[in-house]
Amino acid sequence: MTATLLAEQILNGLQFGVMLFLMAAGLTLVFGVMGLINLAHGSLYMIGAFAAAAVAGATGSFLLALAAAMSAAAAAGALVERFVIRRLYDRDHLDQVLATFALILVFSEGTRWLFGSFPLHLDIPPALKGPVTLPGGIEYPRYRLALIAIGLAVAAGLGLLIARTRLGIRIRAGENDREMIAALGVDISTLYTVVFALGAALAGLAGALVGAIQSVQVGMGEPVLILAFVVIVIGGIGSIRGALVGALLVGLTDTLGGIFLPRFFGLFLDPSSAANVGASLASMAIYILMAVVLVWRPTGLYGARA
Amino acid sequence: MREGAVNAVLLAGLVAFPIWAQAADEPFLITLATRAVILALAAVGLNIALGWGGMVSLGHAAFFGIGGYAMGILAFHAQTYAPLMEWPFVIEGTKSMPVIWLVAVVASALAALGIGLLSLRTTGVYFIMITLAFGQMLYYFTISWTAYGGEDGMSIYVRNGFPGLNTLVPVEFYGLCLAILLLVLALNAALVRAPFGLALNAARQSPERVRTVGIDPGRLQLAAFVLSGAITGLAGALFADLNRFVSPSMLSWQMSGELIVFVILGGTARLFGPVAGAILFVALEHLLGGVSDYWHVFLGALLLLVVLFARGGLVGFLAGRVR
Amino acid sequence: MTVLEARTLNKSFGALRASDGVSLDLRAGEIHAVIGPNGAGKSTFIAQLCGSLTPDSGTVHLLGEDVTALPVPARARRGLARTFQISALAMEDTVLANALLGAMGAGGTPWRFFAPVRRDQTLRDRAEAALARVGLADRAHVRTADLSHGQRRQLEVAVALTLGPKAFVMDEPMAGLGADGSKAMTGLLDGLRVEAPILLVEHDMDAVFALADRISVLVAGRLVATGTTAAIRADANVRRAYLGEDA
Repeated sequence: MTATLLAEQILNGLQFGVMLFLMAAGLTLVFGVMGLINLAHGSLYMIGAFAAAAVAGATGSFLLALAAAMSAAAAAGALVERFVIRRLYDRDHLDQVLATFALILVFSEGTRWLFGSFPLHLDIPPALKGPVTLPGGIEYPRYRLALIAIGLAVAAGLGLLIARTRLGIRIRAGENDREMIAALGVDISTLYTVVFALGAALAGLAGALVGAIQSVQVGMGEPVLILAFVVIVIGGIGSIRGALVGALLVGLTDTLGGIFLPRFFGLFLDPSSAANVGASLASMAIYILMAVVLVWRPTGLYGARA
Repeated sequence: MREGAVNAVLLAGLVAFPIWAQAADEPFLITLATRAVILALAAVGLNIALGWGGMVSLGHAAFFGIGGYAMGILAFHAQTYAPLMEWPFVIEGTKSMPVIWLVAVVASALAALGIGLLSLRTTGVYFIMITLAFGQMLYYFTISWTAYGGEDGMSIYVRNGFPGLNTLVPVEFYGLCLAILLLVLALNAALVRAPFGLALNAARQSPERVRTVGIDPGRLQLAAFVLSGAITGLAGALFADLNRFVSPSMLSWQMSGELIVFVILGGTARLFGPVAGAILFVALEHLLGGVSDYWHVFLGALLLLVVLFARGGLVGFLAGRVR
Repeated sequence: MTVLEARTLNKSFGALRASDGVSLDLRAGEIHAVIGPNGAGKSTFIAQLCGSLTPDSGTVHLLGEDVTALPVPARARRGLARTFQISALAMEDTVLANALLGAMGAGGTPWRFFAPVRRDQTLRDRAEAALARVGLADRAHVRTADLSHGQRRQLEVAVALTLGPKAFVMDEPMAGLGADGSKAMTGLLDGLRVEAPILLVEHDMDAVFALADRISVLVAGRLVATGTTAAIRADANVRRAYLGEDA
């Protein structure tokens, strides 16, 4: 085990974590403001990736692809909010789960219909190809480093948006008291659409960014969605800060667990069983982390106390 | 139509269908019906937690899969003649369904106890997400469990046996599965009328009330969750036997979602709701799947319509909103 | 004889002292009313008596036993019956089912999985007796959600009765009742005190002065007075702090 490898894995964990944050932020906002559990958030991630792949394929521009990803996901989000989600705010969580599960079926199969079952390819932009040498002589992919930077920048921007802007004030007011915000004369249904579209745009952005290092295919959103759920359960539902902390914890646990657990078991097991046990435990590590947090704090690290 | 009449029609259909299919020499349709019956059993299990207990579990595929793997592992060791373990005592594999069922029920009940203990510390959305996460945890565990096929799962050459039956004959296996479903439904019906059912029902509506009469609602819910997991686990063992195959996909979160769909499509907290839902789902899958490869789009649209406009599900729609 | 007793209960939420050294006892055969303006800490006090809140310091005794550390169900099983200000009932179930729930809790028999509850004559007798007592016998098979507001209040009392309680803690049983309803409820509670004493938190002053043997006045988390109805009427502190000029 070298320090270089450790540093590299920490960076990988950070990169994974900030991408999870982009997903988790939208989920936690939508839950905090509207009280809605949205399983179809993963579909918005997928839509972003497909839009980016299609636009990049047509124009060759990665920036245009990112813009397309965000606008396509935001547009899909706004449409879905307007025609389906809006009817679910007053329903119980069971109806929300079911309706958004139905949306996943529609989005996934609809996308398969349009684009076929084969994965699409999204290229890393030339300017971000290849490794960069960090202080200490660590070689690290330039693109992944850019992802970390983008993720942290979005986190900071989102923090400012919520703390400083009119929209942010309304979002915070909406989290506390729906009647109050309506009484203040804010058009609540527009606010909800905007919040939903904002969350969707972040998911679309994440889908496009990650799509360039993984393949763009139907069903890519759901594993990320479930991890994002773990993130917001750990962080506390409704808390942006919790989502960031939770996302980084999950990203680092997953990445470092995959490396260290097999080595750890190698200390006292034979190599092949160490690899097996280690891999099994590593694949479950974040869920174990979640269980531990839950026993300690049932409403998450930054969640409101019951 | 009253709910009792709807149930009677469903029951008659379940009995008559294989007789008709047998006469028409359509063994495939019997297998399809067996699939519906087994999925119905899994959903009946979920309905106890979700419908009566009010616990929206998005991780019930875990119990379904544990039942499936109980069957797969025991049968795998039986067909390879390798004991399951040799120390401190020898455990051999088995091809006997009753033994497999017992193991499946106990294993999934224990898993439900552990998951329930942790998850019931929370309520609402947290509960949904945590059951989902535990389901994923076991899903990824089976994927990394290379000893039993890992991602590819494992096949069993010959369906397991039940004393006095030839389980390889579709209609006999169907009859066996239907008998189990009816037995569990009878237990379910008794449970709902028994003190436990009444208390569980009240705990869903007003936990505070249940506490103030001296009953801990959390324990009621945990017991219901364990029972629910055990039934779904039993269904998992049958499902694996039907396909002679078990893989991580039985534990996938889509499976959990589909189980919820069966319950809602049919009608929550209705005895035959999950049965109606599972039959409808399998029928749609068969009919729409024949028309278009993308039948999930139509299923999704139908589900949306049911959730948005037809609350109470199929049985609720037919029987009216009395409960 | 003291049935239920609070000894110097303290409970704070941040800077707010919701209970500030509250000591109070409930004696056999009496109705002890607790009155006070909104926000005086009445709900917090009840919650500590019944076990849904743990005091920061101080103790609660039921029939001489220290129950401070016991949760709500354990106190209920020892005979502490509570009614809620906002009805907490299983609304989708029948009136009888709600009463049966209480009877099951009292009998400690929710863990029966097969025998239909409606054929258990012991439970039924207990439940039906309680419903008859509050005048809901003919409504037994009605869905609770279809009851009138006043009938739900009566059902709250009936469920408490099924416990065969040693003490009642009632949180505003008159809330939302009209003149006739209040009168009926007053008559009902008046007859109950012989079975078990009632700690009555109530805003309806006519009911309080008609029913109470003793009254305690809670203001800003502190008990400013405890005494007979006549003494409270005359108490200058109470007039100033709570009853105001129209008293």
